[in-house]
Amino acid sequence: MLTAEHLGWGLRDRAILQDISLTVQAGEFVGLIGPNGSGKSSLLALLAGLRRPDHGTVRLDGTPLPAIPRRLLAQRLALVEQQAQTQERVTVRHVAGLGRTPHLGAFTPWSPQDTACVDQALAAVDLLDLADRDWSGLSGGERQRAHIARALAQQPELLLLDEPTNHLDIAHQLGLLDLVRQQGLTVVAALHDLNHAALFCDRIAVLHHGRLDAFGPPAEILTPDRLRRVFAVDAVVETDADGLCHIRYRVPRRPPMLAAAQKELARC
Amino acid sequence: MIRLRFSLALLAGGLVLLAALAIGAGVGETAIPPDVVLKAVANRLWVAGYPIDPIDEGVIWSYRLSRTLMAACCGAGLAVSGVVLQSLLRNPLADPYVMGISAGASTGAVAVALLGLGGGVVSMSAGALAGALLAFGFVILLALKAGRSPVMVVLAGVAGSQLFNAITSFVVARSANAEQARGILFWLLGNLSGVRWPDVGLALPVLLVGMALCLWHVRVLDAFLFGSSSAAALGVSVRRVWVTLIGASAVMTAVMVSMVGSIGFVGLVVPHAVRLVAGVSHGRLLPLSALCGAVFLIIADVVSRALITGQVVPIGVVTALVGAPVFALLLIRGRTA
Ligand SMILES: Nc1ncnc2c1ncn2[C@@H]1O[C@H](COP(=O)(O)OP(=O)(O)OP(=O)(O)O)[C@@H](O)[C@H]1O
Ligand SMILES: [Mg+2]
Repeated sequence: MLTAEHLGWGLRDRAILQDISLTVQAGEFVGLIGPNGSGKSSLLALLAGLRRPDHGTVRLDGTPLPAIPRRLLAQRLALVEQQAQTQERVTVRHVAGLGRTPHLGAFTPWSPQDTACVDQALAAVDLLDLADRDWSGLSGGERQRAHIARALAQQPELLLLDEPTNHLDIAHQLGLLDLVRQQGLTVVAALHDLNHAALFCDRIAVLHHGRLDAFGPPAEILTPDRLRRVFAVDAVVETDADGLCHIRYRVPRRPPMLAAAQKELARC
Repeated sequence: MIRLRFSLALLAGGLVLLAALAIGAGVGETAIPPDVVLKAVANRLWVAGYPIDPIDEGVIWSYRLSRTLMAACCGAGLAVSGVVLQSLLRNPLADPYVMGISAGASTGAVAVALLGLGGGVVSMSAGALAGALLAFGFVILLALKAGRSPVMVVLAGVAGSQLFNAITSFVVARSANAEQARGILFWLLGNLSGVRWPDVGLALPVLLVGMALCLWHVRVLDAFLFGSSSAAALGVSVRRVWVTLIGASAVMTAVMVSMVGSIGFVGLVVPHAVRLVAGVSHGRLLPLSALCGAVFLIIADVVSRALITGQVVPIGVVTALVGAPVFALLLIRGRTA
């Protein structure tokens, strides 16, 4: 459904993403993992068509993204960014309602169907009770859920999520990922929690220094070897009877600089 | 429910605007009652033939009505520009002059009035319009070079304004005598007394086209709530919208400023005041801001004529003197609400 072919993107002096090719099948839940700064958010921006790649193409059902009018694209593809803030006084319902934008023309009046759609999206993220609350009074997790509700109200086929479980408590983290999976959408989600990636993803893509290190089913991807190489952590990976991976971390090795500093401190 | 309330507010605003127009045309050195104003207008528009004093009719039609309509156009245009710029630049301090427009206009006006640019053929207004558009072009170019982000646009605007204000001050300090300097200052603070029908004939169409463009984009403006990349993700062609709406605001503002001087405060404060009451939805915010801006400026003009008998206070002084306390009250009330 969504194909990336040899994507490259960078700043003037520095390549940030290099030669990334992957195909996301319809209905699939793809996890995007990698250390901070490995290029997850940048890749999502390319996949969403927000940035033009310097090399390569992104295709949606075979059509290159630049050939799809923005509004039509937004009817099919929704993105929840890592950080999106506003100073304005708006309600949760207003924010979720923005998701209807690509479905409404300049003078199409807001219809009861739109309201129903927004209500449904709010209910899905458990925010219906807070619908009329002010944005400024929301907790970080509530804001995150409001953004997801906005994306769901867009009624997309494809959902791109940048760290959707950021700020959420554990119940909402699991609930949200489960909910997203239940929608039957195609999902690409940047995730930090590898156990979540193992639990929910059909396939996982690993980014390392802007390159696609591996792309495949969790059991193949999440090996102690790779975790050590990419994330610099020691971990034990157990596979349970259902074939699901569980990762237990050992006490993280201290980064060399920190270790040196601590030694220095101990000497004083 | 909300839509009903909004329709009522719009209707009420329309009626208040009509009343304000009647008052604006009635108040002055000789006070003329509203029914005479209506009759005079009817006489002119539909040859109604009401028997009223032809001098009154002349005063109303040739001076006061054009002036009052111009005040309404300016108020509406500046307020709408303010709404658009605050949304697109995501900066609550953005106002129609943030793009260097009023600074450029004053430089243009001064260049014509004091340096004799245009050889006496070009009017001060034309000079101001040219200066305003020139400054706007300069600011946009600078912003494009500096990185295109909203903050850069605002910074480029500040830089451009400073530059053009400095040129104005330089020219005034070098070439103006005391009398001229006073005249220039007066122009800078806003002055509607020279307005005649041809001015309205330009301002009104510009306002209507500009407002139509902005109203066409109300949904799109809503989508900028979380910034431009978020808007793009919602299906907005960000670049096209920027060019269209910033261009429209700039032209509206430049035309208004070139005819009446740079009246401060309206474009900054009216949108905020309306937002406090009506919320951030542009479908409501834009039309209500236009109405409030128009009414506010008509009243400010009336006050500026009536404040000191036999003397006109610059309207920019009135807008600030009246507007600032009102806005302060609104801010305090909005906080506790
Ligand atoms: N607009 C930009 N200007 C400068 N550098 C950028 C820009 N966008 C991304 N980068 C750089 O590209 C690299 C990848 O950034 P990106 O945000 O994609 O990482 P990420 O994998 O999402 O990280 P995180 O886990 O912290 O969210 C980083 O080193 C970042 O500094
Ligand atoms: Mg990121």
